[in-house]
Amino acid sequence: MTEPTSAAPEPGLLCAKCQLPLAAGKVEASYLGNTFPVDLLRCPGCGFTYVPEELALGKMLQVEQALEDK
Amino acid sequence: MDGQQVRDWESRCIEEQAPACTAACPVHVDMRGMMELLRKGDFKAAHALFARIIPFPAIIGHICDHPCESACKRSAAGAAIQIHQLERACVDAGFAAAPFRTNKQLAKKRIAVVGAGLSGLCVAAELGVKGHTVVLFEARPEALARLRTYDPQILPGTAIDADLARFANTSVEFRLNEEIDLASADGLAALADQFDAIYLGLGPDPQPALAGVLALAADGHLAIDALTFATSHPKVFAGGSQRYGAGYSPINSLQDGRYASLSIDRMLQGASLTANRDTQGAQPSRLYVNTSRYAPLPAVIPADPERGFSQAEAIAEATRCFPCHCLECVKVCPFLEHYGAYPKRYIREIYNNETIIMGPRKTNRLIDSCTLCGLCAAVCPEDLAMGEVCLSARQGMTAKGKMPPSHHDFALRDLAFSRSDAFVLARHQPGFERSTVLFYPGCQLAASSPEHVENTYAHLCATIDGGVGLLLGCCGAPAQWAAREDLFTESREAFASEWRRLGQPTVITACSSCFRMFTDHQPEVPVQSLWSVLERVGLPAGASPRAATLAIHDPCTTRHETAIQGSVRRLLDQRGVAAVELDGPGLTTCCGFGGLAEFANPAVADKIVDRRIGQNDADYLTYCAMCRDNFARRGKRAIHLLDLVFPTAGDPAARPDPGFSMRQENRGRLKRRLLHDLWEETVNEPADRIELIVSAAVHADLERKLILHDDVRQTIVHAETSGEKLIAPKTGHFIASHRAVSITYWIEYTVEDGRYVIHRGYSHRMQLG
Ligand code: SF4
Ligand code: SF4
Ligand code: SF4
Repeated sequence: MTEPTSAAPEPGLLCAKCQLPLAAGKVEASYLGNTFPVDLLRCPGCGFTYVPEELALGKMLQVEQALEDK
Repeated sequence: MDGQQVRDWESRCIEEQAPACTAACPVHVDMRGMMELLRKGDFKAAHALFARIIPFPAIIGHICDHPCESACKRSAAGAAIQIHQLERACVDAGFAAAPFRTNKQLAKKRIAVVGAGLSGLCVAAELGVKGHTVVLFEARPEALARLRTYDPQILPGTAIDADLARFANTSVEFRLNEEIDLASADGLAALADQFDAIYLGLGPDPQPALAGVLALAADGHLAIDALTFATSHPKVFAGGSQRYGAGYSPINSLQDGRYASLSIDRMLQGASLTANRDTQGAQPSRLYVNTSRYAPLPAVIPADPERGFSQAEAIAEATRCFPCHCLECVKVCPFLEHYGAYPKRYIREIYNNETIIMGPRKTNRLIDSCTLCGLCAAVCPEDLAMGEVCLSARQGMTAKGKMPPSHHDFALRDLAFSRSDAFVLARHQPGFERSTVLFYPGCQLAASSPEHVENTYAHLCATIDGGVGLLLGCCGAPAQWAAREDLFTESREAFASEWRRLGQPTVITACSSCFRMFTDHQPEVPVQSLWSVLERVGLPAGASPRAATLAIHDPCTTRHETAIQGSVRRLLDQRGVAAVELDGPGLTTCCGFGGLAEFANPAVADKIVDRRIGQNDADYLTYCAMCRDNFARRGKRAIHLLDLVFPTAGDPAARPDPGFSMRQENRGRLKRRLLHDLWEETVNEPADRIELIVSAAVHADLERKLILHDDVRQTIVHAETSGEKLIAPKTGHFIASHRAVSITYWIEYTVEDGRYVIHRGYSHRMQLG
C-alpha cells in the first residue's frame, strides 16, 4: 500500500528530459489577471518548473483564495 | 441583490427584537443581560447594567411594579422569572450608583421642574446630566415625600437617600418648601418667561384651577400627549401620576420623566417631537421563543421572603432565564451555526459583500456554504429563507464576475461530463417509435447505482404500455445552484429539445432534485416521481430483504412534496419494511450536496451530514443517490429505496460511497452497456486507457482534493509522451505535471509492469511561466 506522501520534497530532483538537477530561479506566477514573481526550482535546460505540494496547498492556495475574494 | 428585497429579508429576522421582559418594561431595562450576569454571580455588573437605564436604582429596585414579569416567557415553562426580586437582590448587594455626572454642554438652557416626585426628579436627572440648568420647585420640605410613606420593610429610607445622593455636586437646584401657584400671574406665565422649558409633575390630583392656563382633559387632569408628554403650552410638558390618577406606578412615573425629558431636549434643539418614537414605552415583543424546547422549572422561593433572595437564590433564579432568543434556524442548521451569528446579521454582511467597492469580499464562502435546503424557512416564525438570500447573492456574484472560480469549478465540470456524449443518451424503448413516458434517472443515480437504472428501466418497460423512452443527462441543478444562468439555460434547452424530439412524453424522475428543477423551471414538462409511478404500476416481485427498522431521510428537495413522501412510505409498507421518522419530511435536512455546499465548504457540509447521521442508530433509508452516498461517505449505514425495490444478495447498507472518479466512470459505462444490451449497438470502450494502481489511502486523498483518476491519467500520458517529468533519484518516483484548462495537476508515480502506481497528487489553479 502506498500512503500519500506528505513529507517535504526530496532534494536533488532531476529533469528527466535534460538529466539536469533543478536550480532555483524566478518564475512568473499569475492568477485571475494578477502576476507576480516567485522563487521556484526549475530545470536550467528546458525550464520545467517544480511546485512542491506544500507550496501548492499552502501559500499558493492562500494567495489564490485571497485573489478570488478581491 | 435588490436593496428593497434585502431590507425586507432583514426585517423578517426578529432575533434582534427585545425579549418580552425588556419590551414590557416601560424604560426597557436589559433584563436578559442582567440575568446572564447574575447567573455568573456578577452582581456588580448586573447592578451597573440596571443603573445605566434606571436613574434611581435603589428605589426602583425595591418598589418597581414590574410589568415585565407578566410578560416573561418562562411562565410557559414553570413560572415567570421573579425579575423584581432579582433587581432587589442586585441593589441589596451593596453597590451604590455613582453620582450623576454633568456633561459640559455649550448651549445650556434653563429648565424648571415643578414637583419633586419620581417623574420630576427623573427629568431633573436626565436634563441635569445633559448640562442644562435645572431648578426644581417642591412645595413640601423634602423631595420624594410620597415615597417616604412606604413601609420601610418595602422601601427603606436609606434607599431613597442613596438615590438622592446621586444629585450631590450636580447643578440641579432644589427649591424645597416653595409652592408655586401656577394659575396666578407669578405662576406658569412667569416661569415660562424665565425658563426655556417647564416640566410639571403635579401628582395625582385633578387641576381645575389650571383651566384657562393649560388645556384639561374631561376628568380635570392636565391634557397630556401620550407620545410626547406635551401640554397645550409649547414650553410645558407634564407626566407622572397626573396621567394615572390614583393607581400609582413608580416605573410609569419614571418612564414619563424619561420620555418627557427626551421631548424637552428635542424641543430645545428644534427637532421633531414625534419622530422615531415607536419603540417608546411598554409593548409586546416580536421576538419568537420556542418555549417547548425547555423543561419546566419551578420558581425559586426565598428562604426568608421578607429579606428576599440570598445571592445563591438569586443566582439560581436568574439561571432559570432561558435567555430568550429565536435562533430557531441556527439551532437546526450547522451552516448558520458555523459562522457564529444569525440571519439578520448575515443578510447585512452579504449585502455589504455585494456592494463593497474596496477590500476583500469576506462573505463569499459563507454565501456558497448554504445548501439551499429550505429547512430554515420551515422553522422560522417569519418564513425567512436563507437559501433565497444566498442564491440571490450568488447571482449577484456571477453577474459581477466575482464568483470565486474554485468554489464550483469541480461540480460544473462534472455537470459538463454528464451533459457530454460520454453520458447523454435519448432513445425510445427498443422496438417502439414513440414514448408515452420518458424515464429520467438523473446523473447521480446513474453515477451511484447504474444497475438500479437498468433494473428500473426494465421494470417500467415491462409495466407501462405504449413505449418507455430513456433519457440520460443532467437536469442542470448544479448550474442553478452555482448561479450559472448560462449553463442552466443550456442544460434546460438541451433537455427540452430531446424531450420534444421524443414526442413530449411525461417524464418520470428518480431524483428529487431533477423533479424540483423540472417543476420549478420547466413547467411545460409533465413530470412524475418514480415513487408515485412505482406505487401505481406495482413493485416487482421480491421478498423483503430486511427485518430491521429503518429511519427515513427524505431528500431536502422533497420537503414540500407530500405526494412523493406518501408514496415512499406506502412502498415501504408494501415491502413490509418497518420505518421510523427522523423529524418528519417537513423538517428534513440536506446531505451537504445541495447548493454545492460540499464543494465550497467541505467542513460545513460534513457537519451537516454528521449531525443528520447522529440522529438515529437505525440504518437510514433515503431516495436520493447523493444523500445515500454522503451518509456512506461519513460512515453511516444507509440504503436507497431502490435497494428494497430490487433486492440483491449482500448488504446494500454497507456499500461505500463510490467517489467522484467512480461516479463518472459509472455513468459512461451505463450508457455503453445500455446501448449494447438494449439497442444492440456496438460501442467502443475508451481506447488505450492506461491502467492505474491507486491504494485506498491515496484514492481517498485524491477524492478529498477533487482529483479524478482521469486527471491523473491525462497528466501521466502527457508526461510519458512529452518526456516532461522529474525524477526523484532516491525513490525513483516520477513527478509529472499537466495543466488542464484552469488547473495544474501534479502526480507522483512509478511504473510497474506497464501499470502506473500513484503515490500522490495535488493541484493548484495559479499558472506559472
Ligand atoms: S428563525 Fe432564524 S431567521 Fe427566522 S427569525 Fe428566528 S433567528 Fe431570524
Ligand atoms: S426568560 Fe429571561 S429573557 Fe425571556 S422574558 Fe423571561 S426574563 Fe426575559
Ligand atoms: S443550509 Fe438549509 S437551513 Fe441552512 S441556511 Fe441554507 S437553506 Fe437554510
